[in-house]
Order: sequence, then structure tokens, then C-alpha cells
Amino acid sequence: MSKEKTVEKQNKNFLSGLFRQQIFIPIAALIILAVFNLIADPSFFKITLGYNSAGDPVLSGYLMTILDYGSELAILAIGMTLVTAASGGQDISVGAAIAIAGSVILRVLCGTNSRPDTLQAPIIVAFLIACVVAMLFGAFNGVLVAYFKIQPMVATLILYTAGRSIAAWINNNELPIVSDPTFSYFGGFIPGIPIPTPFFIAAVCVLVIFLVLKFTTLGLYTQSVGINENSSKLNGLNPTFIKFLTFVILGLCVAVAALIKVSRLSSINYSVIAKDIEMDAILAVALGGNSLSGGKFNMAASILGAYVIQFLTTTLYKFDVQSDALPAYKAVVVILLVVLSTPKVREWLSAVGKKLKQSKTVKEVG
Amino acid sequence: MKKKILAAVMAATMVFSLVACGSSDAGSNAATGSADTGSAVADTASAGTTSADASGDLIKVGIINNDPNESGYRTANDKDMKETFTEANGYEASFAYSLKNDEQITAAQKFIQDGVDYLLLSAADTAGWDSVLKDAQDAGIRVILFDRTIDADESLYEASIVSDMAKEGQTAVDWLKSQNLSEYNIIHLQGVMGSAAQQGRTGALDDAAANDGFNLVTQQTAEWNAEKAQQIVQSVIDAGTPFNVIYAENDDMAKGAVAALDKANISHGVGKDVIVMGFDCNKWALEELKAGNWNYDGQCNPFQASYIDEIIKKLENGETISEKTVIMDEKGFDATTITQEDVDNYGI
Repeated sequence: MSKEKTVEKQNKNFLSGLFRQQIFIPIAALIILAVFNLIADPSFFKITLGYNSAGDPVLSGYLMTILDYGSELAILAIGMTLVTAASGGQDISVGAAIAIAGSVILRVLCGTNSRPDTLQAPIIVAFLIACVVAMLFGAFNGVLVAYFKIQPMVATLILYTAGRSIAAWINNNELPIVSDPTFSYFGGFIPGIPIPTPFFIAAVCVLVIFLVLKFTTLGLYTQSVGINENSSKLNGLNPTFIKFLTFVILGLCVAVAALIKVSRLSSINYSVIAKDIEMDAILAVALGGNSLSGGKFNMAASILGAYVIQFLTTTLYKFDVQSDALPAYKAVVVILLVVLSTPKVREWLSAVGKKLKQSKTVKEVG
Repeated sequence: MKKKILAAVMAATMVFSLVACGSSDAGSNAATGSADTGSAVADTASAGTTSADASGDLIKVGIINNDPNESGYRTANDKDMKETFTEANGYEASFAYSLKNDEQITAAQKFIQDGVDYLLLSAADTAGWDSVLKDAQDAGIRVILFDRTIDADESLYEASIVSDMAKEGQTAVDWLKSQNLSEYNIIHLQGVMGSAAQQGRTGALDDAAANDGFNLVTQQTAEWNAEKAQQIVQSVIDAGTPFNVIYAENDDMAKGAVAALDKANISHGVGKDVIVMGFDCNKWALEELKAGNWNYDGQCNPFQASYIDEIIKKLENGETISEKTVIMDEKGFDATTITQEDVDNYGI
């Protein structure tokens, strides 16, 4: 009897603990969306096994679409969370940086010929070069923010405006198309595996970042720099370098996302590829309950936030919402989140919570 | 004003004839002869105007265009302009690029100050051009619009060379009707809402939906973006709604749609389950057409330079332009009839 009670108590503690946990916000959003879809049309959750035109088995359905398209966002959210935590600002140039990294991948794969029959270089080489380039551009942002102390949004505005032109310049304004089928695996399916590859790539990235956060001091250092730069300096950290490092890591995330994006269509359009993805990435961080002004962060919540955003997007597409109205819906989510996270509303909410508890205990006593 | 231009042109012809004679070892008599007439013209030129252009040897054109990175169309358009308005063809061209109207207007003011002879303009936005074009008119600069029209009085420009987007849409819809499908369930992928291309290409299909019983399974803007198109089509496939036509308002979106079809193993192209239609005639798109993976591609002609060149030549010869609005010839290609020649000639 008493044992059961303690279990119950633990459960209760666990639940109330969950409420207080940061990850509660994206989970709640996910549940709301899922319930909404369940009521509106349960077929949303149907997953079917079919075959794509190459004859390989693929799973399809809305949930798979979410896993597929949410992956780039999840990868970007990793980098964006670190940048946000350390610098207290956001990088708005990730879309343009994806265009640059994608352009580099195409340039290396296609050489000067915009429509080669065979790849001019192994894919891994192209990817590694793209990583280096994207990290260099990340480093550029990082230098501006960390060493010159420019506001992150202002500093990254430079690349935001210039990036797509740079991307076009890399390929002489041509739009190369990769014809090699193996290249499409990264944004599609590996033959024989019915789950979209981007999900695996995202999973690997998530695994790596969790190992890094667990076994290195990166997480601790970024948070302390974000919370109080001066005191972390007094404690022997180098805030400048840590801020710089987060931007370089974001650059790496950008390169991975670019590989997926380019692979999806075997080509890109510089002016529209990954358009406005920076807003989604920032939204993922916000939806994860992380403070946009830096400091503590929860990586898992951000990553979950990214998939929640894709869930929202896919839901809106499903209900035939005009796609140019999508940003408006996302804006509503942002407003709700920002308002909910203000101290005033939090105080009010906790006051309401206390009142409820009190009335409950009163009832129990009575 | 006309006198001034005439003078400049005459001076230009004079210098040309001098140059021509200098380079070729023609008879010295002929050379002096033309030089004489030339100097006579030059006299009238200096008499006729107080500020005769010193560099009157070439026709100075200021070209204001949208950013060539905007699209394959714009890249081809810019390349065409650069190839036509060369010194070898008798032009001294300066270029200014922007996707923003105010920056374009600033560029136009600069060109007016530089004293160009012609202002060629592809406006980012239709509004706000009246005063600057009036300035150009006062300075004796002739304005020719290409690709985009503007909301300004017709007297402010000499000619406007445009594509008729509504006609492009109509051609495509007529082609679709001629396929005599038993039913038409169409996924309609629109461009950026409000753009001329979107309005024209959507208009024809909307009419057909209203009058011919075309069923629009979904009508969404993918904003010229392949990824967005892919997601929209993916969503329709996930919902299990049947469809047999994809009407994408540009090639990129058609490509995105096809990527989604491939993933779901839905066959597309000539004689297959789904008809794929695109616009703009990118070279790679025409190749898809030739391979039978797509069915139709409508042209949006980016090669306005030859039309402009012709008009400038006419104006220089003192002729008047009878028709202010010049609509370019535009084709629609059918996958069953397209040839390699078409791909090479019309691919951009």
C-alpha cells in the first residue's frame, strides 16, 4: 500500500517536475498539434510502405515527411542554440550560408562543366570542402561578433545580404545539376532502407553534440559566457574564443544542412534555397524554451522544437493553408512563446498555480 | 532636344567613318572626302547645341536591370544584353543591378547625370517612376522599358518590350485542353503572389477551372521555390488525393514537384500517369522534356536585346515607333515534338 503511494508520489513529482522542465514547452506544443491532427483527421498518422521510382522501399506519410524535412532544421537548431547561448544573439545568415556551402558542393562535384555525366570529385571531398568553407564564413561572423563586439544580428546581416550573390559567383551564375544517383541518397533514401536519410544524418549530428556536451566543457563554458561574460573571464575562461567557436560550430551545421538540401534536388537555386530558414531555426531555439538573450540552454528541447515547427508546417500544408500565410502562423507561435516567457506572465502563472494548489489543499482538509 | 540627339548621332557617324577609313587602307581620296562631310556635320553639331557630347562616338545606354542572380531567366537576359550592347555594335553600355525600386531609381538618376542617350529599364516595381522619367525626358534621354511595365504615362517612354504572361498561360492551358484527358485533377503551383508572371499564368488556369471543369486539387504558392513545391506536392501525395496534372508556374517548382513524385513512385511524363508542365524553358527543363519526363514547357522569352537594338536603330534613323508595346514571340514546347535544335536555341 505504502509502496504504491510512494510510486504515486514519485509520479506526481515527476509530472510537476516535467512542468517545470524546459523541454515541457516543445513537448506540450507537440502534443497539442498531435491531438489537433488526431481529431481533425486521424489519417495524418498513417504510414505506408511503398516503393519509389528507383524501386527501393520507402515509408511514406505525413509523419515521415516531418522526420524528413525537419532534419535540416534540427541540425541548424543545434548550432543556433550554441550561438544563442554564448552570444545572446542569433545568426540570421544561415540561409545564405547554406546557399554558399551548397554552391561549393556543386562546384566541386561538377567542376567547370555545369552538367557533367560523371562526378568530378568524390562526394566526401566536396562535402569536406564545403565544411571548411562554411566554417570559414562562420568564423567570419564569429570574428565580427566576438572580437569586434558587433551585435550578432547586425554582424550576420552582412552575410545575409551578400551570401546569395557569393553563392552565385562561386558557380559563375550557372546552376549545375548533379546526375549521379548516389548523390541523391543524402536527401532521399539509401536503397533498401525505407527511412529518409536526412533523419539519420540529423540523428548522427544529435548524437555527436550530446557526446560533446557530455564529455567536454563546451556546454558549461557557453552557458557561463552567456550568463555573465565578465565573471566567466574572471574565472579563467576566454569568452571571445568561446563565442567565436560557437559560430564555427554553426558553420559546420550549415554545411551538413546544405548537403541535404542540395541532394534533395541535385541542384539548387541560389536566390531561394533555404529561404527564411534562419527564422525557423531561431524559432526552434525559442520553442525549446531557451532564452533568446543567452545563458542557459537545453539542446534536446531545441532539437525537438525544430521537429515541432516542421510538424506545424506540414499540418498547415495538409489543411491547404495558403503557403504564403505560413509565416503569419509561425509569427503567432513566436508571439505566444515570447509573451509566455516574460517575467510578468510567469509570475502571474505561478500565482495562479499556487492558488489552485491552495484550494486543493483546502478541499482535502475540508 | 531632337536636334541635339541628331547632332550627336551625326557626330557619331562621322567618327565611325573616320575610324573605318583609318583602319582599312582605302583610297586616301575617299578618306578625305568623308572627313570633309564629317567636319561639316560636326560644325552643325557644335552650332546646334551648347553641350555637345564629347564622347559622341558611341551610343551611350544606361541599363537598369534586376539582379542577374535572381533566376535563370534574369541571367540569360543579362547575358543577352551584355552581348548585344557592346562597343563592337556601337554602344557604350553601363549597367546597374538591383532588386529594389529605390536603388534602381537612384541608378537612373545617376545615368541621367552621366548624360546617357538611352535608358533601358526593367523596373523592380511598377510604381514610383514618374518623376525620374520626366527628368530623363527633360534631359533628352529616351527610355525603353523591357521585361517589366510600369505605372507611368505612355509619353514618358518610347517603347516597352514585354512578355504577355496571360498569353503564355493561355497557350499552356490550351495545350492542356488539347490533351483530352478524361478528367483534370490539377496541382497548381504558383509563383510569388502578385508578380506579373504569376497573375498571367494563374489567370488562364483559373478561367479554365471555372469554365471547363478543371479541378484544382490544390492551388498554392511555392514562391518560385523548388523545395516548397516539393513539400506541397508531398502533402497532396500524403493525403492520398488523386491528381494527374502538375501545373507549375516555373521550371524550378516543376522540378521540386517531380522530386516528390519520384519519391512516391508516381510515374510522370509522356504517356504516364501525371502530366508535368513548367515555364521559362531552362535548358535542363527542355532536356527533361526531350527525355519524356515532362510534358510541356512554356517559354518566357528573355532575349529582348535584339528588339531593343532594332528600336534604337529606328529611332536613330529618325523613324517613329508605331506600337509602344512590343510583345515578344513566345512558344510552348510539347515533349512529343521538341527537337534538340529547340533545346539549343531556346534553352536559357
